[in-house]
Amino acid sequence: MSKDVAIIGVGQSAFVRGYEGSIRELAFEAYSEAMKDAGITSKDIEASVIGSAPEYDKQRSPSGLMAEYLGLNPQPTFNVESVCSSSTTGLWLAYSMIKAGLYDPVVVLGFQKMSEITSADSQERMGRGADIMWESPFGTMMPAYYAMHAQGHFARYGTTEEDLALIRVKATSYGKINEKAVYRKELTVEQCLESAVVASPLKVFDCCANADGSSCMILASADKAKEISSKPVYVLGIGSGTASLTMTGRNTLYGLDCAKVAAKEAYEMAGLTPQDIDVAEVHDCFTIAEMMAYENLGFAEPGKGAELIRNRETYIGGKIPVNVDGGLLSKGHPIGATGGSQVRTIVLQLRGEAGDMQVPGAEIGLVHNIGGVGIYGNVIILGR
Amino acid sequence: MGFEKFGQISFTAQSKVGDDFVDYLEKGELRGTKCTKCGTTFFPPCAECSNCLSEEMEWIKIEGTGNLISFTEVNYGPTGFENDVPYILALVDFDGVKVFGRFSKDVSTEKLAVGASAKAETVTYEDGQVGYQFLPA
Repeated sequence: MSKDVAIIGVGQSAFVRGYEGSIRELAFEAYSEAMKDAGITSKDIEASVIGSAPEYDKQRSPSGLMAEYLGLNPQPTFNVESVCSSSTTGLWLAYSMIKAGLYDPVVVLGFQKMSEITSADSQERMGRGADIMWESPFGTMMPAYYAMHAQGHFARYGTTEEDLALIRVKATSYGKINEKAVYRKELTVEQCLESAVVASPLKVFDCCANADGSSCMILASADKAKEISSKPVYVLGIGSGTASLTMTGRNTLYGLDCAKVAAKEAYEMAGLTPQDIDVAEVHDCFTIAEMMAYENLGFAEPGKGAELIRNRETYIGGKIPVNVDGGLLSKGHPIGATGGSQVRTIVLQLRGEAGDMQVPGAEIGLVHNIGGVGIYGNVIILGR
Repeated sequence: MGFEKFGQISFTAQSKVGDDFVDYLEKGELRGTKCTKCGTTFFPPCAECSNCLSEEMEWIKIEGTGNLISFTEVNYGPTGFENDVPYILALVDFDGVKVFGRFSKDVSTEKLAVGASAKAETVTYEDGQVGYQFLPA
């Protein structure tokens, strides 16, 4: 088990619709919370990594702006992008830099102000995260791609629309108690099933809530972490994988291979198995994505994911609580900020600071963050 | 003509394989490429082989009956496709060569199931753009 790098501070803005400020001010909210959490100031930071999906930003090359606004000049700054997994890709980069002995500590900041463009434009731009030569000309978008995975999962395993609705109902029960979530209402299975079909079989409530938001993580070497922090959370394992961007290159449409590759790497590095995980944050951009994550991460056998949610095993008190902060579905999904927010949730869980959302006695946590329709997969295992 | 003629809306005009691909569509043929050195097949067509790095490719016909891997009926289109809905996107496997596209407008999802047979045909749209579409087989 690796315990060379720790997370010593986390922060997150509220995830909201239509943030009334600029991206620099949005970023500052998460940054300031994380820095206060770590008990350090900008001059203590040796490098910064900034994650966002740039098609939403009017500002070009936002890392330059953020380094200036957050007081991080003249230290080096790096911009990373892997669509929805940008900030955990940032974590991966920060982890590597610290392990290599280059910079320590390193701040990873993710942000997205998605409200700068319309929802239709947003769908079109997200759709262009897929193959623009061969697929976008047919009118593709994210819900459609995930809908094809849902259809594939239904056909192979007998999963139903009700099973997916159960996942959303769980998300809303936790979104309701998360003060930083954008969607605070509770939904019933009936309400989910009656909502308009976006791309069959996925309905409005199978889709995550777009939001503006920011997240921040501060990483340090184990030695530095012990100097600075009384409550470091260690990166025990980290894995990353990819799959073909074009659907024609995929082996199957009922799971995400990039997640399986990333999970295997992370479990092996940590010397842990799925049964060792006490709490998980998975990338539920759509309900079907959480269902596939149960199976791709080994929380359920392939095809048995539906049983987990039917038996409420992914609620607090169940075998493996998943997305007990509301997930992307209810907490919201500001692309570049999402991974950092997932990591923050797990760090708070492992420190016993998750309030009403606390999983009692959680010691090992996992983050699963996906970019695009399973193009990029990052899995991170954390422990005290 | 160039690759800007491909599909309802083309997002890019230039590709080494684009002109030939569109020419074949206009002749009623859907084609992918095959590496003449190692035999790897590609759809979408590629000008280069990622397996053996050869640039010697030949065009192969995609024909016959394929297997429907998955599909979805889209009710809310992204920018540029708002008035096109509903339409059915699908992935069809033609004996190991997978093709992504749409079903013909007159096909309803009730007639479709994962694992069902499907075939592809070339199509010319009202505005002169060219493409291909799937039909149940």
